[in-house]
Amino acid sequence: MLANFRRLGATLVGAAALALSTTALAQKDIVIGLQCDRTGPTQTVGVFLCPGYHDYIALVNSKGGVGGAKIKAVEIDHEYKVPSAVESYERHKKEGAVLIGLYGTPQTLALTQRLTEDKIAGTSPGFGAAAAANGDRYPYIFPIAASYWSQAAGAVQFAKDKLGGSLKGKKIAYLFYDNPAGKEPLPVLEALAKDEGFEMRTFAVPPPGVEMGAQALDIAQRFKPDFVIAHLFGRSPSVSIKELKRVGYPLSKVVSFVWGASEADITAAGGWATAEGYYGIQFAGVGSDYPVLKEITEMYKKQGKPAPKEMSSTVFYNRGVLIAAVHVEAIRNAVKAKGGTNITPHDVKLGFEKIKGFTLGGLVPPLEINAVDHEGGGWVQVFQAKGGKWVKATEWFKAYPTLLKKMLASGA
Amino acid sequence: MFHRESGYYKTTYAADMALYPLPVARWTVAAIALAMCIAPFVLHEYYISIINLIFVATVGALGLNILVGYTGQISIGHAAFMSVGAYTAANLAVRLDLPFWVTLPAGGIMAAAIGAVVGIPSLRIKGLYLAIATLAGQLIIEWTINHVPWISGGVQASIEVPRPTFFGTQLKTQFQLYWFLLFFAVLAIVGTLNLVRSRIGRAFIAIRDQDIAAEIIGINIFRYKLLAFAISSFYAGVTGVLYTYYLGIANYEQFTLVTSIDYLAMIIIGGLGSILGSIFGAIFVTLLPIAIRLGMASWGADLFGDTDINNLIPNLRLIVFGGLIIVFLVLEPEGLNRLWRNIRSYFRIWPFSY
Repeated sequence: MLANFRRLGATLVGAAALALSTTALAQKDIVIGLQCDRTGPTQTVGVFLCPGYHDYIALVNSKGGVGGAKIKAVEIDHEYKVPSAVESYERHKKEGAVLIGLYGTPQTLALTQRLTEDKIAGTSPGFGAAAAANGDRYPYIFPIAASYWSQAAGAVQFAKDKLGGSLKGKKIAYLFYDNPAGKEPLPVLEALAKDEGFEMRTFAVPPPGVEMGAQALDIAQRFKPDFVIAHLFGRSPSVSIKELKRVGYPLSKVVSFVWGASEADITAAGGWATAEGYYGIQFAGVGSDYPVLKEITEMYKKQGKPAPKEMSSTVFYNRGVLIAAVHVEAIRNAVKAKGGTNITPHDVKLGFEKIKGFTLGGLVPPLEINAVDHEGGGWVQVFQAKGGKWVKATEWFKAYPTLLKKMLASGA
Repeated sequence: MFHRESGYYKTTYAADMALYPLPVARWTVAAIALAMCIAPFVLHEYYISIINLIFVATVGALGLNILVGYTGQISIGHAAFMSVGAYTAANLAVRLDLPFWVTLPAGGIMAAAIGAVVGIPSLRIKGLYLAIATLAGQLIIEWTINHVPWISGGVQASIEVPRPTFFGTQLKTQFQLYWFLLFFAVLAIVGTLNLVRSRIGRAFIAIRDQDIAAEIIGINIFRYKLLAFAISSFYAGVTGVLYTYYLGIANYEQFTLVTSIDYLAMIIIGGLGSILGSIFGAIFVTLLPIAIRLGMASWGADLFGDTDINNLIPNLRLIVFGGLIIVFLVLEPEGLNRLWRNIRSYFRIWPFSY
């Protein structure tokens, strides 16, 4: 027993020493707080997205940082848990973060009020409520990428273009994951169904979403829609591809939201040959054909290292680059406005609201963020699985902006 | 070691029934209370926020321990009762503009009512079968909240709640919320301490140890099993309300099955059927990942490259966390509480152990 206590004592002393040796921050760095999930339920995203983020920050630093100051992105993995996200936010605040990169819808919702009270801007690309695009109502939340509402509008617009310019009398199936995020686009789809005169039917997939044989059969053989809009998460997008293929529904009439359109989904569905023709909506450019990615490869080459293997998952990696790039652009605007690098979170918030005409060679859509529109316009681009990679199917576009603006203003 | 336990004679019934009969125990409690009162004034906001999370987790863990540890009924639907409390309070606070001292008990009572219903299968089934029945409760409650907009407040299934107000002051900062949460955590601890030594608590323990024997000696199993579910769910409901006020939003996606399992982990690591164990468990499960990450962040940079470290920390943290749970449970299967008691009894007669 005594030996046990001695060992325990040694462990405790070790732990105390650890806590003390936490390194002090260099004074001049501009700190960004980045929340990640590399180990939780959405880890398939995090393991590619977060390295993309860090690589872009490293690239900016290798070019001398912003206004002479280096940027330091402090990453904390919260395992997609809300208490951990609260703790990691407070830690970022303690380290002096000028902005927070949020990750996950429940986490974004849980921190919204705290961010507003502390007046620190948080970005939630692809997460949180669509209503957060309204900067009047949520002054410190910045979706910076197309919300589910914008994606729904984009999907309908895309279907309309594919079906010859009119949706009158057409049938559209909405296949969705039965959780709040999955149901969020419903008001937009219903409003569009009325305006455009198409018939919409919804097909809910209960969590965990790995079983949808019945829904696929229903879609392909009973409803026989002209187009399918899919909004699924995790393992379920790959299942939807497989099942729709099995029942003989053409994948070139399926368009998926942003979380069902990655390389990993195609691999899990059985490879590119199976998924040939499948469309996916994106809020960041896909593929490796962008100058910024070449610069990152160059940077690694200069250090004598091969390009990171995470780059192969271009969908998530590029999203990480996009988030980092928008963050850095906001900081750059803040530094420019302030005339120095001792910026406050409030300066960065104003910096976000000045982002305009910044495209990073096409990887970032032509965002236009201002005090009212924190989404930046709701730009999307559609890519198609074709010949072993994602091929651009449209340019950047925003769909039904007037309808969305009206819905946002009415504060659904 | 420094105090005697003999020589204190109890001359009144009140003295005999005191929670802490020994002066040394009373002084310890007083010292801890004083430390808790000084802590928020000296600690950085970050550490206060961690303590706040521990307070909320403590209330939830105590509730689950009443059911699992004291009454012996396994439940993996604890998080669902939290969401019942959270949404009840959120709806009352937003629609009727009620203050927290109404919504908080209301959330607890609603959760208790639902909990008693979910507990009905416990009258017939035990052990793993009961666990699956409560799992059904968890899934049904989740589904209901997701699909009934009247409860969930719309498709996003989240209701924004204003911060609690106390005599005209809105409790916003971590410092202010510390006192709010401390009050309810202490209330929960004192309440549980008294509950388990009351007639009800003894009936719970009798049911846990041997329910047939308990029935034979005259304990109404029907009543007490449902009561255990109701009380446990009341605590869970209050936990949910506390989370709602702490975060400013009610959202059921944070009260999933994984959360239920986290709370089970807390009480198993802390010690089943012990109050101190629930507190230890809440502290351990909340603090350990943070401590491991801090350690990794300060040591790891010397061992690994910058780009690798971000990937290593979270994964190593899970491995170390899992490993430590095994180590602690192998060291002492009855949990941290037992470990603490072993340490205490070792020093009780130190240095004259033999």
